[in-house]
Amino acid sequence: MSQEVQVIQSLDAEGLALNSVSLWNLTWHRLLRRKSAIIGMVILGILVVIALTAQWIAPYSPTRSMLDVKDYPVRPEKRQSPCIHAFGCPKDKPQHIMGLDGNIRDEFSRILYGARLSLIVGLSTVSFAIVIGTVLGALGGYFGGWIDNLIMRIMDVLLAFPSLLLAIAIVTVLGPGLQNALLAIGIVSIPAYARVVRASVLSVREMEYVSATRALGGDTLQILFRRILPNALTPLIVQGTLGIATAILDAAALSFLGLGAQPPTPEWGAMLGAERNQVFTAPHLVFLPGIAIALTVLSFNLLGDGLRDALDPRLAHIS
Amino acid sequence: MTTYILRRILLSIPVLFGILFATFALGRLIPGDPCRAILGEKATDIVCNEFIHRHGLDKPILVQFGYYANEIAHGDFGRSFRFSKPVDELLMERLPITVELSLAALFVSILVGIPLGVISAVRHNSWVDVLTMLWANTGVSMPVFWLGLMLAYIFALALKDTPFQLPPSGRLSPGLITVPFYEIWGLELTQGTTTFTILNFLSRMNILNGLLSSNFALVKDALVHLILPALALGTIPMALIARMTRSAMLEVLGQDYIRTARAKGLRQRVVVMKHAFSNAQLPLVTVIGLSLGSLLGGAVLTETVFNLSGVGRILYEAITARDYGIVQAFTVVIAIFFVILNLIVDISYAYLDPRIRLE
Repeated sequence: MSQEVQVIQSLDAEGLALNSVSLWNLTWHRLLRRKSAIIGMVILGILVVIALTAQWIAPYSPTRSMLDVKDYPVRPEKRQSPCIHAFGCPKDKPQHIMGLDGNIRDEFSRILYGARLSLIVGLSTVSFAIVIGTVLGALGGYFGGWIDNLIMRIMDVLLAFPSLLLAIAIVTVLGPGLQNALLAIGIVSIPAYARVVRASVLSVREMEYVSATRALGGDTLQILFRRILPNALTPLIVQGTLGIATAILDAAALSFLGLGAQPPTPEWGAMLGAERNQVFTAPHLVFLPGIAIALTVLSFNLLGDGLRDALDPRLAHIS
Repeated sequence: MTTYILRRILLSIPVLFGILFATFALGRLIPGDPCRAILGEKATDIVCNEFIHRHGLDKPILVQFGYYANEIAHGDFGRSFRFSKPVDELLMERLPITVELSLAALFVSILVGIPLGVISAVRHNSWVDVLTMLWANTGVSMPVFWLGLMLAYIFALALKDTPFQLPPSGRLSPGLITVPFYEIWGLELTQGTTTFTILNFLSRMNILNGLLSSNFALVKDALVHLILPALALGTIPMALIARMTRSAMLEVLGQDYIRTARAKGLRQRVVVMKHAFSNAQLPLVTVIGLSLGSLLGGAVLTETVFNLSGVGRILYEAITARDYGIVQAFTVVIAIFFVILNLIVDISYAYLDPRIRLE
């Protein structure tokens, strides 16, 4: 038993020990004090549950038409409005709480599966952008000089394009499809993370504890990853959460334009795009996927704002 | 100030080169034969050989880039096989529509966003504040294309035959003919001159054209058609501006000099507008500058939804037709446009805050 532990135990015995609170613990408690962050977490929680259990809770297959369903009691109707038994829809008709789409598929099942896709889209693009952005930002900030100049000028060029347009241009060249759309959105979101990481690295690069590690013989990688980058963690978490919201919106926009997920994939943007000319005749097919996108994006936005305030209490009085 | 502006202009030159290089690289990444990718599948070998020679595609890659940069610098963006027209002509035709839409959206977002932000900061934590923040949070979370379709549904179908009915698509009612204002003024212009190009560009913005030729029926019709797209496109910037105004105002309202102003017995309106708001403007310029990017990107979606034949709509059609030439040309033009806008934002920043100039 080391001396430290002995001291702590003796303090404990006298009831003098300070209850130390970790940063995450503190953040969590601050987060719980904000109503909007709680709303965000609740919506997100529901979405995660839906995404994980879609195959059990969805009444039908998301990609198969009702014509393929055995023993379907009536002749299914294209773009049928929602039929909910509790709201007076005749009991002999099968229940479709969000109606049927243009290919006679159950809209509700498609929306449920769409949650899975949306979360994957948000998480994968942002993880990709964070990994690359962190490496680039850390290299630039730590080494400075021409490396920094080169990296940051490339980032400037990426930022010079309106992000959605650059994503459109990239997908047009790579060819439409969900994977290429994700890659494009990932690429256009790199600069934001590179900048955040670079700024954090610059702010601590000259600190004494970094020099101390160097003096103790720590190598560059150790200094960068163990001493410097942890400082970039909190801004990255905030930026990442808000970034997921943007990524989901952009991916939906690309799919809406026909550049992202291809039919019959149950992707909300693509579902909306496929039925957009039917907005006057079958508004539920446009309204519902849009609500799903908006709720998902809203949950990440609320959580991101909450995290920013919780991690940086100096801002709390402002927003 | 002049040195500052000059330095900013010089700094954007490498970025412009980067943009050129990026779009050039994108053009080279197109799978398959570049000639047929740009001229269409039906291009014959003779046409292709001529194309390859003219654009230096048989030369080393750096020389190819030189050719490309030279063409762009001369405003030569090639021809579109989808529209069988030179791309620059298409651009001059369609860009005014996008500019008009973006300006209208920006106008709406500033006109609504700033007062909302100021009011919710002054009445911090009141119901106005809570509602504004709720609206701001939902506003940035809605997909533009969905909002557009929903607005079209509400105002064209649900409110049909009420005074609030608005047209869901197009720029003007069918049958309405527009005459460029310079013809009404009786100006004799030759096609191809700079004056003609500029006046022609301006005359394609219906509202401006109507005002300049005092055709108020045209102005009204164009306005009625512009409301829904401008609302759809303006919502995200509006939400951002409201939020930013609110937080900047809250920051300023907590300062000592505001308390002093109040202690002097100044009226609330003077304190808020003169002492507080003047000092909260700086972050607003930033957020308006940032919104411009989302406006240009959102314009593609809004124009698709509302059937407006602007740059965004063309881009959409070009994508579906795989007309890479147009996509490449428009991306480069919009990016250059965006760099210039950012430059203007930076310069106005320096104008508003002397500290930046002196750095």
